[in-house]
Amino acid sequence: MNLRDQLASFKNFLSPLAPALPVVMGYLPIGFAYGVLAAAAGMDVFTATLMSLIVFAGSSQLMAVGLISQGLNPWAIIIATFIINLRHLLMSASLSPFLQKWKNREVMAFCAELTDETFGVHSLRFERGELNTSHALGINLICHLAWIAGSLAGVLAGGRIADVRPLGLDYALPAMFIALLILQIRGKTYAGVALAAGGLSMLFWIAGQTQWNVILAAVICAAIAAGVETWRKRPC
Amino acid sequence: MAQTTLLITILGMALVTYLPRLLPAWFLRARSLPPFLAAWLRYIPAAILSALLLPTLLVENGQLNLSGQNLYLWAALPSALVAWKRKSLFLTVLTGMAVVALIRLLAPGS
Repeated sequence: MNLRDQLASFKNFLSPLAPALPVVMGYLPIGFAYGVLAAAAGMDVFTATLMSLIVFAGSSQLMAVGLISQGLNPWAIIIATFIINLRHLLMSASLSPFLQKWKNREVMAFCAELTDETFGVHSLRFERGELNTSHALGINLICHLAWIAGSLAGVLAGGRIADVRPLGLDYALPAMFIALLILQIRGKTYAGVALAAGGLSMLFWIAGQTQWNVILAAVICAAIAAGVETWRKRPC
Repeated sequence: MAQTTLLITILGMALVTYLPRLLPAWFLRARSLPPFLAAWLRYIPAAILSALLLPTLLVENGQLNLSGQNLYLWAALPSALVAWKRKSLFLTVLTGMAVVALIRLLAPGS
């Protein structure tokens, strides 16, 4: 391999880094927070890291360590995890048209690391026609490694909690969602769907549906827009 | 919680998290979808991102915060502007973090 080929393959190897970077910046501090809470709940390095390795779902992991510290029974924790993470059904379905040519094992690996954040990144890239399988898997892997590294650092730090607030790191993920959402708005209908889903999600939250607000709002608002679109395009 | 119970809990959590992530992609990817379902899936990202984002901005410590003291809400304005103008995730994240860090520096306790 000559130097130019080597440089090209090195560049190809690094290309998932840039799209993964905003997620990494958010995952390190939140993973860290999870690790600190896991240590406080009495989990050791192995179990706390194992959860980040095989569950890899931030909000449900934070919820679980809370319930574990209260000594709640395993079924309650597993059922709560299931409900919190059901929203991934929608994300998996929404990315499915782009995975047609993938091998089964690639889909299995990809879906294992499908989080709110990686979903946002992939849905944007796939829409733009960036369909490279190894880049997509590379992005997921980097994000997952950041999550595991953050968790591990958090458990090891244990009681010596460093405050991430002065750096504004707690705002990394909200800011990323703002960008992901704005980049998704490709016309008036999309803007309408986003406004309606955000508002409905808040209404459900205020009404006490703090677990179901996201799924319900997204399903309803996307269905209304799809209904209107299909009706307009109907053969007359 | 005993170590074995904890391990079983974590394995159970992994299973109930993985299946909803895998099954729709697994069963839908090889099919051509009816127009309504295809349109619905196209609107899902905008809908779900917005449904996730708004509570993140408006809920603070489990309470609705619509006041002028809501730091996350204020920081959303310059972040949204940068996202709109520059179309960059990275610049948006940097802007958001910088605004939040700056406000906390100037007004400690916020």
